[in-house]
Amino acid sequence: MPQNEHIELHRKRHGYRLDHHEKKRKKESREAHERSHKARKLIGLKAKLYHKQRHAEKIQMKKTIKMHEQRRTKQKNDDKTPEGAVPAYLLDREGQSRAKVLSNMIKQKRKEKAGKWEVPLPKVRAQGETEVLKVIKTGKRQKKAWKRMVTKVCFVGDGFTRKPPKYERFIRPMGLRFKKAHVTHPELKATFCLPILGVKKNPSSPLYTSLGVITKGTVVEVNVSELGLVTQGGKVVWGKYAQVTNNPENDGCINAVLLV
Amino acid sequence: MSTANQQRKQLSTVLPIWFYPTLHSHNTLREDPTPRMTSEDVERLLIQFQDEEGEVLGSPFDVPLDITPDKLQLVCNALLQKEEPVPLAFFVRGEAEVVSSLRLCVQALGVETEQVLPVVYQPQAVFRVRAVARCTSTLQGHTEAVISTAFSPTGKYLASGSGDTTVRFWDLMTETPHHTAKGHTHWVLNIAWSPDGKKLASGCKNSQICLWDPVTGTQLGKTLTGHTKWITWLSWEPLHLNPECRYLASSSKDGSIRVWDTVLGRCEKILTGHTQSVTCVKWGGDGLLYTSSQDRTIKVWRAKDGVQCRTLQGHAHWVNTLALSTDYVLRTGAFEPATATVNPQDLTGSCKDHGSAPERLVSGSDDFTLFMWNPAEDKKPLARMTGHSALVNEVLFSPDARLLASASFDKSIKIWDGRTGKYLTSLRGHVASVYQVAWSADSRLLVSGSSDSTLKVWDIKTGKLNMDLPGHADEVYAVDWSPDGQRVASGGKDKCLRIWRR
Repeated sequence: MPQNEHIELHRKRHGYRLDHHEKKRKKESREAHERSHKARKLIGLKAKLYHKQRHAEKIQMKKTIKMHEQRRTKQKNDDKTPEGAVPAYLLDREGQSRAKVLSNMIKQKRKEKAGKWEVPLPKVRAQGETEVLKVIKTGKRQKKAWKRMVTKVCFVGDGFTRKPPKYERFIRPMGLRFKKAHVTHPELKATFCLPILGVKKNPSSPLYTSLGVITKGTVVEVNVSELGLVTQGGKVVWGKYAQVTNNPENDGCINAVLLV
Repeated sequence: MSTANQQRKQLSTVLPIWFYPTLHSHNTLREDPTPRMTSEDVERLLIQFQDEEGEVLGSPFDVPLDITPDKLQLVCNALLQKEEPVPLAFFVRGEAEVVSSLRLCVQALGVETEQVLPVVYQPQAVFRVRAVARCTSTLQGHTEAVISTAFSPTGKYLASGSGDTTVRFWDLMTETPHHTAKGHTHWVLNIAWSPDGKKLASGCKNSQICLWDPVTGTQLGKTLTGHTKWITWLSWEPLHLNPECRYLASSSKDGSIRVWDTVLGRCEKILTGHTQSVTCVKWGGDGLLYTSSQDRTIKVWRAKDGVQCRTLQGHAHWVNTLALSTDYVLRTGAFEPATATVNPQDLTGSCKDHGSAPERLVSGSDDFTLFMWNPAEDKKPLARMTGHSALVNEVLFSPDARLLASASFDKSIKIWDGRTGKYLTSLRGHVASVYQVAWSADSRLLVSGSSDSTLKVWDIKTGKLNMDLPGHADEVYAVDWSPDGQRVASGGKDKCLRIWRR
């Protein structure tokens, strides 16, 4: 038997005293008197310690009581109406402060000079050749290893015809060729399924761009004529850039964000 | 002859460039008259007067080529046989306006003098509104920005709603505060006068609508609740459909439109169908409700039973605002400025006058373009108006529905033809986004309020700035021109309401 269970063991074996419960009840009810006696009569260091502890207890008690009271009565909302009243046509728009507009203009000018463009995913993991291209062995003794097969999703144009199989170095399997992408408009928060016009830039390598490989972070051009956008001159916009945001070879579909 | 010469000399300074289709029209101005002018033989031309819809007036007759608009006006008035002569404007073949002599229009258009030339006459407003020039008073009283302001249809009362949750009525004779109407719990976003001028409805950001009596400043009936998000627009049923002015339509950010019975104080119909916030609702003259929304569509509903008739699609981004060609007529048509009484029959008459052509609807959107629709008949737009380089905030037909003004965040206002949607001119001058515009009652002047804290009055005939009205300390949020043309009221972020007069 462990060291500390002898009281319980005795209680189990022999039960309680006959007046145990009454005594316990009465002792507990005397606690309030004893506490107040202590609070009045203690002196010296003990008193200080006791009072400090009691003060902290009382604060906590008051807080819980107030919390309970608040829940019972229904409070009216804060009477003060918020500042910054704007008319209805400005409500859904975030007003840009003037200073921010100027600094944005300067930043944009600098970026244009540097040739850097803002894209939603500025940095993407570069995909190495071993990941994207798989070596295909050919020849009578399967020794020649000059053919490669693309293992990622790719886009080939409408008028695509394969080179004669004997001479084609890069194989793009038909199962991994996609024509449409799910493009999200960042402001409207609506997604449309739009046909792809071409691959503009693959961040990993220009070789992938020319092959039409689509991985995460690739900028593709999509046909937006169904959105009905129009330029200032009245001409209909039918091609816009979008950046791919998922790994299409894992998901089976291409999700992209429109670059407005 | 000498008068013709004098007129020609004046021309090179007066004539605006945009009336001519080609840019190098000033070359034609400087060309000297042909030697034929010196002979006795005056060139004459056969013209045929036509009104705007194409109906001919009288038979073709001969006029000298140098005839001026005044003389044309005399002839036309004689043909029209009206009791009082009406001022008219003349457009050769409906395109170029005859400003000082018929000769220049003919030269500019390159019309053959052999054929009969159709000349379209347009009656102009008999009265002439003078441009406002000075701020007669700054009405302080609001403790937060003034976000909406409107004159009553008679022009007797002025009401303004503000961010301090009150609606204030102002006495226009003395230009002092009249009543303060308290009852809302959040910013008062929209106010709308009933067509008979006896009630004012106001909507707030807590989705409540209150009705007020302008004479006493007290609330009429109880607060109308029901929407779950803020109210974006309020529109009363037109007077000629119901002389009691009982029904009110409200649109809200929660995507629904409610038609309220103001007498009983309850919601009659709820029109749902939009998937995003409804930005504007207009009650048309023939009992149709037009609503525009952030889900890029405009829906047409029948007001009687709440059935959706049509969905107009075409915009590529949020549709911000709607304008009806009969807007001004429905607002003020029942009133005779002289007697200031309400007569519903008058309104029906003038509605029909305007509308041998059906009601046209123009929508302005965040995709920088405007569409003109004939919503009662067709799903396809009549015209798409491009040219703005930032979102279009407000579109407004002129009171005679011949012109259309669009205010945009690209700091310019563009004027378009109200019938065809053809681009006419751009008014540039503001240095920040233009928020609201208001037409004067004779359609000759336009006032615009912008975020650069100034108001500008533009003369439409010349396409130039008439008056610059600085004075506000911060952005101008709301502008209105009184229907009698006397005053312009503007309210803004600086918590003052300013009244401008001549």
